[in-house]
Amino acid sequence: MQRTISFTLNGKPARVTVDDERMLLWVLRSDLGLTGTKFGCGAALCGACTVIVDKQAVRSCSIPVKDVAGKQVLTIEGLSQEGRLHPIQEAFLKHHAFQCGYCTPGMVLNAYALLLRTPRPTHDEIIRHMDDNLCRCGAQMRIVEAIQEASAGMRGGSR
Amino acid sequence: MKTGELSRRGFLASGAGLFVFVRAEATPYYQEPGRLPGRGAYPTDLNAYLRIGGDGRVTGFAGKVELGQGATTALAQLLADELDVPYDSVDMVLADTDLCPYDMGTFGSMCIRNFGPALRAAAAEARAVLLQMASERLQAPAERLQVKAGVITDPSQAKHVSYGELVQGKRIERHIEKVAVKAPAALRLVGQPLRRKDGAAKVTGKAKYSGDMILPGMLHARILRPPAHGAKFISVDTSPAEKAGARVVREGEMIAILHEHRDVADRALGLLKPQFQPAPPGPDDKTIFEHLLKTGPQPQVVAQGGNLAEGEKLASSVVEQTYWNSYVAHAPMETHTATASIEGGKVTVWASTQAPFSVRQAVAQALGLQPDNVRVIASYVGGGFGGKSAAEQAVEAARLAKATGKPVQVVWDRAEEFLYDTFRPAAVVQIRAGLTSTGEIGFWDFKVYGAGDREAGTFYDVPHHRALSSGNWMGGNPAGMHPFAIGPWRAPSVNTNSYARESHMDVLAAKARIDPLEFRLNHLKDPRMLRVLEAAAKQFGWKPAPAPSKRGVAIVCGIYSGTYVATAAEVAVDRSTGHVQVKRMVTAMDQGLTVNQDGARQQMEGCLTMGLGYALTEEVRFKNGEVLDRNFDTYELPRFSWLPKIETILIDNPGTPASGGGEPPIITVGAVIAGAIYDATGARLLQLPMTPARVKAAMA
Repeated sequence: MQRTISFTLNGKPARVTVDDERMLLWVLRSDLGLTGTKFGCGAALCGACTVIVDKQAVRSCSIPVKDVAGKQVLTIEGLSQEGRLHPIQEAFLKHHAFQCGYCTPGMVLNAYALLLRTPRPTHDEIIRHMDDNLCRCGAQMRIVEAIQEASAGMRGGSR
Repeated sequence: MKTGELSRRGFLASGAGLFVFVRAEATPYYQEPGRLPGRGAYPTDLNAYLRIGGDGRVTGFAGKVELGQGATTALAQLLADELDVPYDSVDMVLADTDLCPYDMGTFGSMCIRNFGPALRAAAAEARAVLLQMASERLQAPAERLQVKAGVITDPSQAKHVSYGELVQGKRIERHIEKVAVKAPAALRLVGQPLRRKDGAAKVTGKAKYSGDMILPGMLHARILRPPAHGAKFISVDTSPAEKAGARVVREGEMIAILHEHRDVADRALGLLKPQFQPAPPGPDDKTIFEHLLKTGPQPQVVAQGGNLAEGEKLASSVVEQTYWNSYVAHAPMETHTATASIEGGKVTVWASTQAPFSVRQAVAQALGLQPDNVRVIASYVGGGFGGKSAAEQAVEAARLAKATGKPVQVVWDRAEEFLYDTFRPAAVVQIRAGLTSTGEIGFWDFKVYGAGDREAGTFYDVPHHRALSSGNWMGGNPAGMHPFAIGPWRAPSVNTNSYARESHMDVLAAKARIDPLEFRLNHLKDPRMLRVLEAAAKQFGWKPAPAPSKRGVAIVCGIYSGTYVATAAEVAVDRSTGHVQVKRMVTAMDQGLTVNQDGARQQMEGCLTMGLGYALTEEVRFKNGEVLDRNFDTYELPRFSWLPKIETILIDNPGTPASGGGEPPIITVGAVIAGAIYDATGARLLQLPMTPARVKAAMA
């Protein structure tokens, strides 16, 4: 059904008039031009499209836009503020916790969701939380290191 | 994609290239299907590689693609070091066919090995020319001048002039023949673990991949695909898609559903009920091995020495074994993607490809244009691994842009990616080898079907040996040998051949009751191989014992494109489920000169992690041309929970030319895990991947 959906996107009010069954991923990418959120599998199996909805990591390829009405949506574009990288981004950068970079926005945001909930995760908690985000290049080891470092240097998901 | 004749015009693709001379030396031919030796020589004009702005910033140009392997960073390092400018003052432009020097493609660990020397030569020449210009400007002999950070100083007059002031953003018109590059000891940036150039763009989501080009009026296209290779299209009623608001374009044999929103095009395509004649019966993933033996061409001799019949006489025991591996998908996280736009007769295609210049040729051919009127840009590519050497999606997007008069984006969905992937070939390896009474290999007879001939010959010291190969990953196989396209997959041929060779070495060592490391060392003389094996063993804390020792450890070695690798590993096998957890991997690699220590380690870690997939779970299931694995629910990629403790050792060897490190360590993963499973359980896994079911069956 065509309808106007309002939500908060990266801290600012957003409003789209769309078929409300359309998946958030495509509304973000093609209607709102936020291309940092990636298409990988279309079936919530890879995590490349991960965004944060009300502090939870969500697969945007599989959530209709109507489900975010009135909610807070955070994409990779909203994580660094005033040109300052978020500590998780800093840690990914420092550890080179990426190669091709295509899964990286999803990895960073899934890590962000973890640290919001569990500011000091154990190694096993990191592995468990990140396990459904796929990286074909094999940067997993460094991603774990980056999350550990970010966790040590921040409180929760805050700066 | 058709890899047709490449135009000589390709050589003129330098940004400013008026004075382009084709360098005679050839780049290696072996990486790409249908390519001829000698193609893709790099230009001699230094302006094709670099430009110096008035502000002193240097822009480097490379036809290579940033696939995540760190080419942008390592090439910037080489350029900055040779030119004597700060690393941070260098910006790299990669993979833009209008701006960058022609390149055959990004594969085969060749960025540093082959393009590196060309870039360095250009930078060294530029530095010499700049010194000459400074000498005239400062009226001082060149020998007296010093260069630091892009500034040339005459200490005796205390005068200086910067590169930016000398060149002022213009072409460098002078040419100096045969300027030597710096000696390894004079390199300051090369070898350093410098920060990646592409990092900030990637962690912020600003990096633009081909699908991130959102152009005004652009349409997203979904293309009607057959359900299986070999299925023939009969008919389709496209009106449901039109009723859903999508546009339908029939362009030759292609039926495309287009809409301004991708997901609407997806849904419209899903409404169609096309009729196809089913594919004829063909092999499946179980019968394929028999099929390869039956349909493969006559095996050709790859390498031989001594006389096998003499070898048989030396042997007190003979061990014969067959090894198998399945088709494996590339499965990059970014599927094949392209965005095409046509303006004023010029086509621009942003394509996720490893070979932008080949794509330019293919698009030009498809649209009936001169290659000059096609610009291909592959700015960031979301993984390739050999699978993006072909780029049919770029041709599809360009044809549809022409048909609709609008920019068109084609992003294959995951099922299309599996259907049209150029898989690593399934393969069969038969090895027959004899042991002498003193535990030496008397003869070695190796036959490979399907995988290809690279590293089929053994590097072990064996008096009588032969290697035969039937069929090749490059193509040229008899029709019907493979039921779908095959192609290069990270370290083509060599994963299969190394798995079989090293597994058989372990079998022989166990038979001889000799420690597997000692058994290898007994048959090796090459100091580089000895060094990597010893380095890996030392770091691992290898304690000699014949296998099976119940510890679950193994050590193997191999060569890929002149790079030496050895990996030691430890596994734990769950006897009730057959599940294998790799606990630790230690890899030593000697790739000659290393440009970026950290980049090289990233590649090593990536190889080992990715290799867990082909070793443990990855195989493409298929039947009668239909690819049954269509997404990551059934096709299992390595995950965080699979991670072993990974340790990497880079052998310091700057005096040997770079041989490349993007692929080599992955060749060790299959055999080292197979060996470690044997060591743990006494069960020999002869087929990749070593799934829990196969491990249980082998233990039974």
